[in-house]
Amino acid sequence: MTAMLEVKGVSRFFGGLAAVNDVSFHVNKGEILALIGPNGAGKTTLFNVVDGFYPPSRGEVLFKGQLISNRKPHQICKLGIARTFQVVKPLQRMSVLDNVIASAFLRSKNKSEAQDIAVETMKFTDLYDDKDVISKSLPLGKRKRLEIARALATRPEMLLLDESFAGLNHAELNVSIEIIRKIKEKGITIMIIEHHMKVIMAISDRIVVLSYGEKLAEGTPAEIRENPAVIEAYLGEAQNA
Amino acid sequence: MDLKKYAPFIILGLLALLPLTGISTYMLHVLIIVIMWSVIGMAWNLLGGYCGQVSFGHAAFFGMGAYTAGLLYEKLGMSAWWGLPISVPVVTVFALVMGFIFLRLRGPFFALGTLAMGVILRITAENLTGFTGGDLGIMIRERTWVDKTWYFYIILILAAVTYYVIKKVVESKLGYYFVAIREDQDAAESLGIDTTLYKTIALCLSAVITGLAGAFYMNYMGYIDPKVVFALHDISVVTIMVVMVGGVATFSGPIIGALIMVLLAEVIRSIPKLGMAHHTFFGILLIVIIIFLPNGIAGDWPKLKKIFAKGKTA
Repeated sequence: MTAMLEVKGVSRFFGGLAAVNDVSFHVNKGEILALIGPNGAGKTTLFNVVDGFYPPSRGEVLFKGQLISNRKPHQICKLGIARTFQVVKPLQRMSVLDNVIASAFLRSKNKSEAQDIAVETMKFTDLYDDKDVISKSLPLGKRKRLEIARALATRPEMLLLDESFAGLNHAELNVSIEIIRKIKEKGITIMIIEHHMKVIMAISDRIVVLSYGEKLAEGTPAEIRENPAVIEAYLGEAQNA
Repeated sequence: MDLKKYAPFIILGLLALLPLTGISTYMLHVLIIVIMWSVIGMAWNLLGGYCGQVSFGHAAFFGMGAYTAGLLYEKLGMSAWWGLPISVPVVTVFALVMGFIFLRLRGPFFALGTLAMGVILRITAENLTGFTGGDLGIMIRERTWVDKTWYFYIILILAAVTYYVIKKVVESKLGYYFVAIREDQDAAESLGIDTTLYKTIALCLSAVITGLAGAFYMNYMGYIDPKVVFALHDISVVTIMVVMVGGVATFSGPIIGALIMVLLAEVIRSIPKLGMAHHTFFGILLIVIIIFLPNGIAGDWPKLKKIFAKGKTA
């Protein structure tokens, strides 16, 4: 398998604080890689570095062998990496359909083409019935799914999902897991940040564990479950809670 | 027949016939000013209403258009009408420079930057006496027409073209990108939208249209000075009021707003003694609008209709 994304020795400092410190890993084409770690471990910061919102303080990020850590978010999106936000950012005063159309324009020449992509994406993410709803008034579960739909409408090769399952109820959770599986079947590589252990163990091919900005472990779900360092830093903590 | 779809054409047609009805010169003048403000309002609305970049300095573009026309006449002996085509590249270059500096600022910081820009241009125009004539201003000594009819048609055509262009832009990919930037710039950026580029496009389009209105103003009024065309209250702030009163991010809002604001100014100014206080009335109007009709008259039209319907039944 070839590496879709390579993170090489990436550090990101905020003042004196190392939010991410010398982290290296890669994501293979077509797999689901989960990024887990306790709160404040630097997961979202790492996403922001990969997606171009923050330049890395040290190290570099390569996408399909091409250096992307000096590029802006919109250029990285154009190259084929789309993301969702942990704190959802719908285009509030636009309808759900218009939200998705706005992102579908990236790969379409005209509005009717963008509309086709948008409708297809909304059916795929089970949002089509809500197409005329103003996104401000969507419930959280659907807003999280709108984030995914919007990212998918840019026709990415790789998807970064930042806590797309947080705050969902049981039924919504199952819908979203199903959608992630379908995205994988389409051949889209996924990197996902998640706290929901059941979800992570069920869907991911490999897991990278971050703690205090550093990489603690990397492996299959089974390996991670057995790893004593991870149990101490993360799962142990979760069990006590 | 879909009345709503054809309404702009019907209004345009009726307006075009108006000078033939023997309307008074004063009424024609008021209409010309209303239409000119509609153009400026529509231009501001594109940048402020759709793209969410609130400018407090549109007088800078208006004045630049007016001075382009005026200086072509004064310095090069050309017809001031050349100001209309030539103001396009002049204002575009200026907007590009301004955008490069200010579009990296967000929200209130952008607004303050543009506010400063308007003031800077006024003071520059006042002090470059060798070039602009300073406070003496520029006067066109021989007017093209004594009659106002042709001025009316020219501004009407400019308004119709502006309306058409803005409608096309807003309904296209550009429009979606503008609104996406207004709603959330980070989200827009992550959807592959080059926010700096599209904000610059919105700024340039808005600036050029405002500049054209300025060039028209020079030709129509025949006299400009820095305090008039680079005015903070009378141009920059009134521009925002026109759009706020009419309806932000609506097609008809700036036109409704221009009609109300110009007529109101004319009426208030004609009241003895109170006339000087028209800015006070504008301020009160703005407060009322912000509290009761935050989306303006066009935006809150359903709400207004309900209020009047209630009044009938009660």
